[in-house]
Amino acid sequence: MRSVAETCDDRHVPENPAEAADVPPRLERRADGRVAAGVCRGLADHLGIDLVIVRVAFAVIVGAGVGVIAYVALWLLVPQRADVRPRRDWTQLFAYGVVVGVLEAFTLASVTERGALWPLVAGGVGVGIIWQQADPEHRRRWVRNTRSLWIRSVVGAALVIAGLAAFLLQNIQHVGQVLLGSAIVLAGVAVIVAPWLLRMWHDLDDERRERIRSQERAEVAAHVHDSVLHTLTLIQRNAHDPKEVQRLARAQERDLRAWLYQPKADAEQALAPAVRKISAEVEDHHGVPIEVVCVGDCPLDERLGAMLQAAREAMVNAAKYAGGANGETPSVSVYAEVDGDEVMIFVRDRGRGFDLDAVPADRMGVRESIIGRMERNGGRAEIRTAPGEGTEVRLELKRS
Amino acid sequence: MTRVVLVDDHQMFRSGVKAELGDAVEIVGEAGDVDEAVEVIAATRPDVVLLDVHLPGGGGVEVLRRVLGGARTGPAEAAAAERAAPTRFLALSVSDAAEDVIGVIRGGARGYVTKTISGPELTSAIGRVAEGDAVFSPRLAGFVLDAFAATDAPSIDPELDQLTQREREVLRLIARGYAYKEIAKELFISVKTVETHVSSVLRKLQLSNRHELSRWAAARRLV
Repeated sequence: MRSVAETCDDRHVPENPAEAADVPPRLERRADGRVAAGVCRGLADHLGIDLVIVRVAFAVIVGAGVGVIAYVALWLLVPQRADVRPRRDWTQLFAYGVVVGVLEAFTLASVTERGALWPLVAGGVGVGIIWQQADPEHRRRWVRNTRSLWIRSVVGAALVIAGLAAFLLQNIQHVGQVLLGSAIVLAGVAVIVAPWLLRMWHDLDDERRERIRSQERAEVAAHVHDSVLHTLTLIQRNAHDPKEVQRLARAQERDLRAWLYQPKADAEQALAPAVRKISAEVEDHHGVPIEVVCVGDCPLDERLGAMLQAAREAMVNAAKYAGGANGETPSVSVYAEVDGDEVMIFVRDRGRGFDLDAVPADRMGVRESIIGRMERNGGRAEIRTAPGEGTEVRLELKRS
Repeated sequence: MTRVVLVDDHQMFRSGVKAELGDAVEIVGEAGDVDEAVEVIAATRPDVVLLDVHLPGGGGVEVLRRVLGGARTGPAEAAAAERAAPTRFLALSVSDAAEDVIGVIRGGARGYVTKTISGPELTSAIGRVAEGDAVFSPRLAGFVLDAFAATDAPSIDPELDQLTQREREVLRLIARGYAYKEIAKELFISVKTVETHVSSVLRKLQLSNRHELSRWAAARRLV
């Protein structure tokens, strides 16, 4: 049985039925879980009567004709409660619609043969009961209330079958109506199983969601196992070599960060992930932390690929010569920005720096791999350095 | 000496930071979750709170909300309350997620540094925050540049919703790994002017009503 207290999802309806009897709530239409206009729901709350009783009573008098006036009058005169979210319950509407429809047919047919309608009445009430069971609130309590649910559903099904059988028996003499009878039986079966199918579909949906969740968990566990646990083992084994430990920890940190925070991106396709990938390789190889900041992004092409090669050369140089000037930890900063069609990459270290003019002209690293490469591709490279001040390589390229 | 409260749920990390800071600042309190943090901050009234972004009980943002009172109102009032109260917040986190970074800044923190920061750098960052200046890490500067550039939509309040050319230049240099002193030298301005620019960016970041900022930060996670 549904009582008023079970619908108390807000402060207006008291927690327990005894209190509800003391102070009846105001007569208001309730739009949450309404069938037509929420009149019955409001009335049930106000009078403290079970909602199903009120609804069936209204279905009967509406079906008989006079109830329509009463219902419309209440619809117009009773204000709607403002603090609830309107939600129409279509299964309930269907259930009561069947009851009203059958009664309507019964009233209209009173002039013709009355007996022929009784099977329809029985069947209609059965359908009503079954669909009533499909009410979402009922469904939530199915687990607790399986017994009475079964009884009600069986009663409903029995009524439907009895109604159909009686209908067929009465009309069996009419030749050619057997086909129609079969169709009606099939329709009846469909009506009976529909709520169950609906529920099964919901359950499947829940199960699927749960499965996705557990798959995600498994993926996380696998990742932690493959990378983090592995690295921790390696660190323990290399505990005597601080440089190697630092390299391992740094590589693992970068890997985990990328997995947690960075959008999945393809280093073959776009500039920012490519810059991150290159700096990671240099960092791994030379054991110097490289801090990468990227602003904006753009797709890669051949010229940008050359620019990345130049940037890589600059990073390698920086990592080699970054060794902290005043005993501080060496570090390299990489900054890549895409601003409209202009692409800039800066590579900076705080190492000892060097005198650019003193570098022999034949040294490939700076002149050829960085400056020459950028110029060949229509870009520009600028190197700023002075002994003791670190080095900054600035690469610029206009996108075609 | 600057009075500091340390908020982090990892005891090991707190002792590590304490050891690194040494005698440079005075640690007047510690907390391991949101409730504790709010209590300790109210009791000790420190100059600076070193605030972890991820905390049990709602995270650093919740601490900011409860201490600065930003819950009732918006970021504008939070900033006003923060000006009145002498306690300033420096966020300290391992997280790189734009959502977290932009989140605590808009919540009222005066700066954001990652936990890999060295002891001397952290000390100077605390000093700067204590004086009311802002502290931007290269990564935060990158996020801000990205966030303000992310949209072409016309802004409601151009004064708040856009960065000036100079502010962009300063942020770019921070992102490139320059210290304030080096930025000042590069742009031929004083360190004080650099600080003014950074504070002004911080103010825009906190006060701009542009939904794009938060949405941009949230969207970065989802891609």
